[in-house]
Amino acid sequence: MLQQSIKSYIQQDLQTQYLLHLADNALILSHRNSQWCGHGPILEQDIALTNIALDQLGQARNLYQYAALLITEKTGIATTEDQLAYLRDVGEFKNCLLAELPNGDWGQTVLRNFLMGSYQFFLYQELQQSAIGQLKAIAEKSIKEITYHVRWSADWVLRLGDGTAESKGRMVQALELLWAYTGEMLEPCDYELPFIATQSSFIKAAWEAKIASVFSEASLVHPTNEWMQSGGKKGIHTEHLGYLLAEMQFLQRAYPGLEW
Amino acid sequence: MDQTANQLQDQFQQRIDLEQKIEPRDWMPEKYRQTLIRQISQHAHSEIIGMLPEGNWITRAPSLKRKAILLAKVQDEAGHGLYLYSAAETLGISRDEMYEQLHSGKAKYSSIFNYPTLSWADMGAIGWLVDGAAILNQVPLCRTSFGPYARAMVRVCKEESFHQRQGFECLLQLSRGSEVQRQMCQDAINRWWWPSLMMFGPKDDESPNSKLSMQWKIKRFSNDELRQKFVDMIAEQIKLLNMVLPDPDLTWNEQTKHYDYGAINWEEFKQVIQGNGPCNKERLEARKKAWTNGDWVREAATVHAAKQAKRKSEAQTFSAKETQ
Ligand SMILES: [Fe+2]
Ligand SMILES: [Fe+2]
Repeated sequence: MLQQSIKSYIQQDLQTQYLLHLADNALILSHRNSQWCGHGPILEQDIALTNIALDQLGQARNLYQYAALLITEKTGIATTEDQLAYLRDVGEFKNCLLAELPNGDWGQTVLRNFLMGSYQFFLYQELQQSAIGQLKAIAEKSIKEITYHVRWSADWVLRLGDGTAESKGRMVQALELLWAYTGEMLEPCDYELPFIATQSSFIKAAWEAKIASVFSEASLVHPTNEWMQSGGKKGIHTEHLGYLLAEMQFLQRAYPGLEW
Repeated sequence: MDQTANQLQDQFQQRIDLEQKIEPRDWMPEKYRQTLIRQISQHAHSEIIGMLPEGNWITRAPSLKRKAILLAKVQDEAGHGLYLYSAAETLGISRDEMYEQLHSGKAKYSSIFNYPTLSWADMGAIGWLVDGAAILNQVPLCRTSFGPYARAMVRVCKEESFHQRQGFECLLQLSRGSEVQRQMCQDAINRWWWPSLMMFGPKDDESPNSKLSMQWKIKRFSNDELRQKFVDMIAEQIKLLNMVLPDPDLTWNEQTKHYDYGAINWEEFKQVIQGNGPCNKERLEARKKAWTNGDWVREAATVHAAKQAKRKSEAQTFSAKETQ
């Protein structure tokens, strides 16, 4: 467990919460993508998706390291990226629900990456103008990677949407499942507002336009449900995250306080 | 007719003796081609199956740094598989055929990957011992007589030696850690030591394919020579870890200037090759499952590519008509 004083500090500092939110999105998505490593349908694509998982892990680390630095400075308690990743429980994770859903088949995985990657693309584009120097630098580095992730996943959405009857059917099914989780990304919560308040409606519009253009080329139509699942950003997760963390954090929890 | 065949054969051997590389379009004896297809594809399969035991721990790596190192390492192994499949393809076999041979059990892969990874320390032990043994087997292959294989191995070897250093460093960290970490480290070494000695293959007097492979410079050192090199290297490196190798007979021999080591359990080796290792079934099942689950994906990609090509050529015909 994180020390109580670190927890309390996080609870009252919006910037740290925001950084953790961004980092958690990247880490959890990386975790899911990394589960494909060694099990992909095509060797070249196994390598490509692992690359994406590595990029996302790198982004998460940059953000956790920055958050850890701020916490250390403010509380005087030495805090590390690993403490933030390994010692928080489900309720303290702030990633969007979309990131934590199981991989499903290859279609569901590439679709999730496309939906979330496109959002991250427009978000990080805005964060490149951030007044916070370190966040700006992380955004500048990440955007190059995310540009590739979006291109790669959009190509796959297109291939599968425009492939066979089976692939099309699977994409329709995946879309039905994932769509209800897209709204959460686009509605900023309290800790996001100070950082992207004015840009959030632009991000949403740009995301919708990007999705619409790729879907139309892939002849896919997204569901029109109004109701969106949310809660992840505030620590109310799906049942899946608990299992994910149990696996990810196992060594740190079984043998507390050791260096690896 | 026989005359020409003999001439070709002589010229071929001459080129090999002169250390010239044989390239895919060159004449080569059918047996040379088959031997290489078998060896390179077996090597490629080992890289791909080898992703599985370590892949096990990607989601459980104990720190973000270790996770990044492990993920990159397993990805490198996929890359090695890719280079090697490509090298084998130049000999006239397709990657799909090679996969089929793997999935049907006809093609073999390195037996070492049929052992389970039970603790985090196994990631270190595999890097240090398994990648370490692989390097000794592979460095001579950078000069192997078949050009595409030799070139693939140059790239592979660079990365393997990096893996070995990372593996050692992982164990070093554990060896300097808590009592439970030191135990984890020793336990992993105990379990991986003997199987990694078996990676060099049967003893020289029981290695059926070796003689011809030496003559063709596909192979340059005998199994036992390489195994001895490995023992000498590891017996020294382990001192830095303050751990021991699980062999009471391991002793420095002043006369031979090598380490003597105990008897290898060749019965176990035989059993694992025959499919009775602890994880043979899981490993092969995992690969077969990945392949069958990917059927619809590969099919869709092919169909989409064909549709795209058709649309493109139609658009061209259309615009050609317009400009007429
Ligand atoms: Fe390798
Ligand atoms: Fe390796």
